[in-house]
Order: sequence, then C-alpha cells, then structure tokens
Amino acid sequence: MALLEIRNLNVHYGAIHALQGINVTVEQGKIVTLLGANGAGKSTTLRAISGLLRQVKGDILYQGRSLFGRPPHDIVRDGIAQVPEGRGIFPDLSVLENLNLGAYIRSDKKGIEEDRERALTLFPRIRERLQQKAGTLSGGEQQMLATARALLARPKLLLLDEPSLGLAPQIVLTIFRIIREINETGTTILLVEQNAHMALQAAHYAYVLECGRITMHDDAKALAESDAVKKAYLGG
Amino acid sequence: MIKLVQTLLSSISVGSLYALIALGYTMVYGTLKFINFAHASIFMLGAWFSAIIAAALLANGVTGIPAIVLSILIVMVICTTLGFVIERLAYRPLRDAPRLNVLITAIGVALLIENVAALNDVKIPGTQTTIHGFGTQPGKMPELLANADLFSIPLGSGTVVVDKVDALILGLSICLMIVLEFIIYNTRLGAAMRAASHDARTAALMGIPVDRTISITFIIGTSLAAAAGFLYVMKYPSINPPVAVTWGLLGLKAFVAAVVGGIGNVRGAVVGGLLIGILEQAGAAYLSPHFRDVYVFALLIFVLLVRPTGIFGSTAVEKV
Repeated sequence: MALLEIRNLNVHYGAIHALQGINVTVEQGKIVTLLGANGAGKSTTLRAISGLLRQVKGDILYQGRSLFGRPPHDIVRDGIAQVPEGRGIFPDLSVLENLNLGAYIRSDKKGIEEDRERALTLFPRIRERLQQKAGTLSGGEQQMLATARALLARPKLLLLDEPSLGLAPQIVLTIFRIIREINETGTTILLVEQNAHMALQAAHYAYVLECGRITMHDDAKALAESDAVKKAYLGG
Repeated sequence: MIKLVQTLLSSISVGSLYALIALGYTMVYGTLKFINFAHASIFMLGAWFSAIIAAALLANGVTGIPAIVLSILIVMVICTTLGFVIERLAYRPLRDAPRLNVLITAIGVALLIENVAALNDVKIPGTQTTIHGFGTQPGKMPELLANADLFSIPLGSGTVVVDKVDALILGLSICLMIVLEFIIYNTRLGAAMRAASHDARTAALMGIPVDRTISITFIIGTSLAAAAGFLYVMKYPSINPPVAVTWGLLGLKAFVAAVVGGIGNVRGAVVGGLLIGILEQAGAAYLSPHFRDVYVFALLIFVLLVRPTGIFGSTAVEKV
C-alpha cells in the first residue's frame, strides 16, 4: 500500500480550476517529485494534503485513510510535515523558538532533544545562530531552519515546497544533499520543484504537472532522459 | 516639586489601567487582525460585577484583603467566561470572513452587552426567571480598602502621599503584566500565540491548533479588561451606568495607547498606556483639566503623522 495516494483531486479557487483531477502515488521510503512551472498547481497540491484548503474534491489517502475534513494540526500529528513555499519562518521568534515549534505536537522531551541534535548536525550553520531572531537569517539559512524544524515533528512524510527557490547554486547543492540524507534515514519525501534538473537527480519517481493536470509520470531517471522533459524543463 | 511627584504617581496609576485595557486590544488585533470594539464593554462589565460582588462579600462578612482577592478573582472568571462565549459564538464563525464583517460584529456585540447590562429586572415570559441588569442609574463600589494613605514622604516644604488604591493598582498591574510577559515569551503556548499571530496558516503546519490558540489569546485579553474594571472602580467608586459614553471613551483612549505603542505589540501597549496616563494627568495638572481627552487624541494624531506603526511597531520585511 502506498503511503500517500492522491485520487482524482480537484481544487477550485473561485472560478479558477487549479487542479483538474490529478492522481499521484507516493510509495513508502521514496523521494517523489512534482515538477512544473509557476502556477501549475504544485503548491496547491501540498496545501490540499496538509488540509489547508476548503474547496477540494476527490480524495487523499494517507496510510489508507482519507485526510479530507481533518484540521491541519491533526494531519501534522499523523506524521505529515510541510516546509511551505517561502519557508514559513517566524521572523520575530528566535531560531531556537522556531525549531521548537516544529516539535509542538510532541511532549517526549528526551526524544525532542535528540532530534534537535540530529537536525543541528545536519545543519551546522543553524547551531551557531540559535539565539538570533530568525528574520536575520539569510535565505539559505532560513531554508535550512525550515527543514530542520519540519524534521522535529519526526514526520513519516515530509512535504517540501520549492526548497531551492531563490538560493545560490552552492546552497541548493547542500540542501539537496541533505534531502537525500533525510530520505536515507527512512523519511518519505514529496518534493515540489521548478528546478527539474536537481529534483530529477534526487528523486526516485517524478510527476510533471501542467496547468492543473498531470501530463507525464515515470521513474525519475527515465523522465530525465525523455525528450519532452529535456526540451521543456532541462534546457535541451 | 511636590506637585510634579504627585502628578507622576497618579499618571502611573492611571497609565497602568490604560495599559491593562490596551493589552486586550493589542492581543486581539495581533491574532485576529480586528479591533475588538466590545472590549470596552467587557471592561464596563468588570467594573459593574466588581461592585456587586464586593457588596455581596461585604454583606457576608468578608472584608479587607480577602475581599479584594476574592472579588478580583470572581470578576475575572465571570468576564473570561463571557469572553469565551463571545469569541465562540460571534467571532469564531467569522474566522475566514473579511475583517470588516468581524469589525461590524464587534460593534454589534458591544451594543448587545451594553443594552442587556442596562436592563432593569426583566421577567422572562412563561418562567419564574428574572434577569437582573445593572439598570440605567449610576452604581457605587463599596469601600474595600479604607481609602487611607499607604505612606507619605516628606519632601521639601510638604509631603507626597501614596494612596493605598494607587499602590494596589500599580502592584496588581505589574503582577499581571509579568505573568503575561512570562506566558508570551517563555511558554510553549506563548510561542504558539506569537506564531499564530504572525502567520496562522504556517502555525497550523507546525501542528498548532490555531483556532484554540486564538481563543485563548482572546480570553486572556478579556481577563485583563476585567481586572482593569475592578481596579478602576476601586479608584473611582461611583460607577457610570452601562450605556454611559465614558466607557466607550475610556476604551477608545486605551485603544489609542495600543496604537501609540504599536498595535499588536504587547510591550508597546504597556508603554503606550503609561504614556497616555502621563500625558493626561500632566496635562490636567499643568495646562487645563478640561482638555484631558484632547491631549490623548492629539498624541494619536502626532504618532500617526510621525510614526504610523507606533513606537514598537515595525514594518515587516520579507526575505526571499
């Protein structure tokens, strides 16, 4: 059974039909990527999974149970953490407070402590800035903080919304290395990206989303070789 | 010199009352992004309930410090419960509605509270139940503290007098503000409140139950208004009828305090409250007591011209 199964998902924003019946399957332990241009519906898909949208039709099954109708904080409790578009850092809170909010749903102090250590080992630059206000971090550091924070929820499924957006190439490499490391420790990842090149390298399976419809899906390697994807997303 | 010190003392006392009320405005604005016009009505209820409860306690032989502690606790519990009900019934259903709708609802709630409070005894048809309103006549807060001086300090050619009630106002306000400061900046709930106020959607992604967090923020603000109502009638024992404009005016001045401090900023509300207190009292003492409201609103205009975000307010900078 797949960890997450999106079935015929339809989302309307007023008159705009943002998602027009998409089907996506995320297998346990994999990195699955959802590629597409701006406005294709990638972030909408993640918002629907996290329970942030009202006007949704179809179904989203997580571990075989529907997520529809459940409040967002409940879905986090079930093991789905999201690093939202724009990172969702709370700028007025300290870096440490931001991190701790990631563990809001947990009360096992020792486990949280361990997971925080592990997250800070993955992102050593965050450790140096724990007492700073999060708003003073650079874009790359904010992305690292947001990812570390999501890990503190100890998610089974991690949703990443454009982790490479606006970051220097060197930092993008670091972020993607860490995404793979996180996946190797057993966390399933659904990655939304415009940077098809990086995403296809990291992912096991990929979907291409265009104007609210899935137009292609295949193993990431196969998709990276396909002419249509090369032409549209890989610049050649 | 004596006049200066005495004015300063009364400024701080009045200022902390404004600060307590301003905290409620600012907290609600911070999380719900609307101005809770019903806040002044809660303050009014706090004042009236204080008088009734204090009288009941005195009639049962409870006096002095226990009477003070009991009345304030009971008043805070009553008003907090009301705040919870108001939030639940009037504001929560409008969470996703445009802010203007909530604003108008708040005005409606304020009118409802005022007018129900102003009822005299009303029999509910077909039952034995009677609702006792506060009526339309002024009320009187019984004396819980013999209005004596706590101590007087000789200063130059005269003495500076510190009133017991002023000391109570200052002491209790400081305690409440320390508790609030602790909750907001040192607890998990406080972090959740600040997160929800900055970005409710992202807060939900952290697993924070946003609706509940907002409700808690709201009722904390309400309980502070209740405490302010109690302290207010301790200082000014003749209580205006529920429909009197004084309540709205006091609320408006506390709202100015919140804006001057930077709406949404808790520390700003305290500073703004004190500032308003000083301005009003000093203006009344040194210029003319007839224009005490004018000084406050002149400050509002000045702040809006020079620094529209308030003293502690900041314009958010988004990083990409």
